[in-house]
Amino acid sequence: MALQELCSQDQGRTRWSSGNMFGSNYQSDSSFSSSRCLFHFYIPVADYLDESPVQFGQISAAQSCSSVFSQDSILTSFSVPGDPRPLSAAASSQSVPLPFPHSHGTTTLAFMFQGGVLAAADTRSSCSGLVACPSSQKILPIHSHMVGTTSGTSADCALWKRILSRELRLYQLRHGRSLSTRGAAKLLSHMLHPFKGTELCVAATLCGWDGGEVDGRHDDDGCMVRTENVEKPEDTRLEKTQSSSSTQPNAANSSSSGPSLVYVCSDGTRLQGTLFSVGSGSPYAYSILDQEVRWELTLQEATAIAREAVYRATHRDAYSGNHVDIYHITSTGWTRRDREDLKEEYYRERERRERRLRRDATSV
Amino acid sequence: MLSAQNFGDSGKMKEYHYTGPVEHRFSPYTFNGGTVLAVAGEDFAIVASDTRLSEGYSIHSRDSPKCYKLTDTTVIGCSGFHGDCLTLTKIIDARLKMYKHSNNKTMTSGAIAAMLSTILYGRRFFPYYVYNIIGGLDEEGKGAVYSFDPVGSYQRDTYKAGGSASAMLQPLLDNQIGFKNMEGVQHVPLSQEKAVQLVKDVFISAAERDVYTGDALRICVITKEGINEQTIPLRKD
Repeated sequence: MALQELCSQDQGRTRWSSGNMFGSNYQSDSSFSSSRCLFHFYIPVADYLDESPVQFGQISAAQSCSSVFSQDSILTSFSVPGDPRPLSAAASSQSVPLPFPHSHGTTTLAFMFQGGVLAAADTRSSCSGLVACPSSQKILPIHSHMVGTTSGTSADCALWKRILSRELRLYQLRHGRSLSTRGAAKLLSHMLHPFKGTELCVAATLCGWDGGEVDGRHDDDGCMVRTENVEKPEDTRLEKTQSSSSTQPNAANSSSSGPSLVYVCSDGTRLQGTLFSVGSGSPYAYSILDQEVRWELTLQEATAIAREAVYRATHRDAYSGNHVDIYHITSTGWTRRDREDLKEEYYRERERRERRLRRDATSV
Repeated sequence: MLSAQNFGDSGKMKEYHYTGPVEHRFSPYTFNGGTVLAVAGEDFAIVASDTRLSEGYSIHSRDSPKCYKLTDTTVIGCSGFHGDCLTLTKIIDARLKMYKHSNNKTMTSGAIAAMLSTILYGRRFFPYYVYNIIGGLDEEGKGAVYSFDPVGSYQRDTYKAGGSASAMLQPLLDNQIGFKNMEGVQHVPLSQEKAVQLVKDVFISAAERDVYTGDALRICVITKEGINEQTIPLRKD
């Protein structure tokens, strides 16, 4: 079904090039750009798909699992008839006991303040007691104005974020405007819905700045609210924008533009809010955040609080640790603070405590 | 005599005492052992694996290397369930050929890694029980190592060990190549000769302590001149 067509191109590709799918119009040519089949005209995006050598999912262009893309139902005819193991979520959920555990366990947090949205996460990826990766990236950029924090199985999160980036880009091309954060969250939630009840585990907070093209208003402080489509980088994963964070962002309480934070979970939860923390270390992070987070924070204060929250969580939670990543999203895009090793922070903290004890001892 | 229960886990010995009636299920997976290691240098990459193929208490073969050459600049090491390793490498080869025919160029290491991620995730609910590590040269000629989990989560590393002895080897590599948790050391970049020697030493240590690792070591060194393979004997017991 959905995922199988998405990822297994083998049978799909050979059929495409052998040309027996759509009759006489079809040129049996293995290069994509020269195929001109009638059905392409129904879907404006088909040319884009033909030209760019995207490696996966382009045959079954959209998630056939999603009812949102009703116009793509034609493409579902690509579904491979001889598929021995259709990926129906219900049938295969608990049938095969796995010999290995998936990677889980994390601390991620995100909150809104007057300077935009701040997202922070640790970098430890653990796998039933073994640290599979001490420097994984848990905050993935989706496009230039949105990042998503990931929690749950890392393969699921990485892939679904990638699918979400692609779907947002397709939406932008088809409809001429970019989807808001709430829209993206709804899209992700609907894409994950068919897999409810399976062992898929994705708990993400989408943090973004919405363009607010509806009114096209400008802020008096000089912060430009974008009215055109936001730029989407080619390789959303590895890009690090150099744009500096906006100085006086508008404290946008309106729903159509400004910072936005939505939590999406693979069990179907979708919540909009101003503060979220997800993962095994989230209780510890919440205690710091609930105490300190206010709307009027400056960027430095907010960064310090996020860092402190992740640091305390990594100290107490076995499955969180190593480094902390901090991303800041404003109207000009996201910026990333350099990854910081929390081991050093632990030693600095200890030194501070010793100095304080010595000072108290001498003053008494 | 081994019960089907033993097939599903990582190969550790189970307690043999009576706990009551036990239902046995057929498990489509088994663990065939083996360790794979990859290291990326400035202008080279090394992929090494042992050549022992085992199952439970038996050794099926002493000459079953786990590195597979994909292109002139990329080698993949697969350990875990041997049946899935074979099928996965066949699928990757077929996809490489398809790419070559439709795009008229060979796939780069990064592209192979991205493709493998989706191949693995396509079987999210009945995964390939394979721990993959890809080693090769990227477009700029620098060494690149991509490590995967069985369902397709991957990232680029400088060094990675996978397979049965991975938990023993990875800390050693962290210390020797990553200079982690050491005070006051100079971070010298790894030369090719030192890296090959380190890999040999590391596998000799692994063969001492891991029963599923041994027999022989196959090292593939990837440079812009090509792929150079050597085989070194290890403990056979």
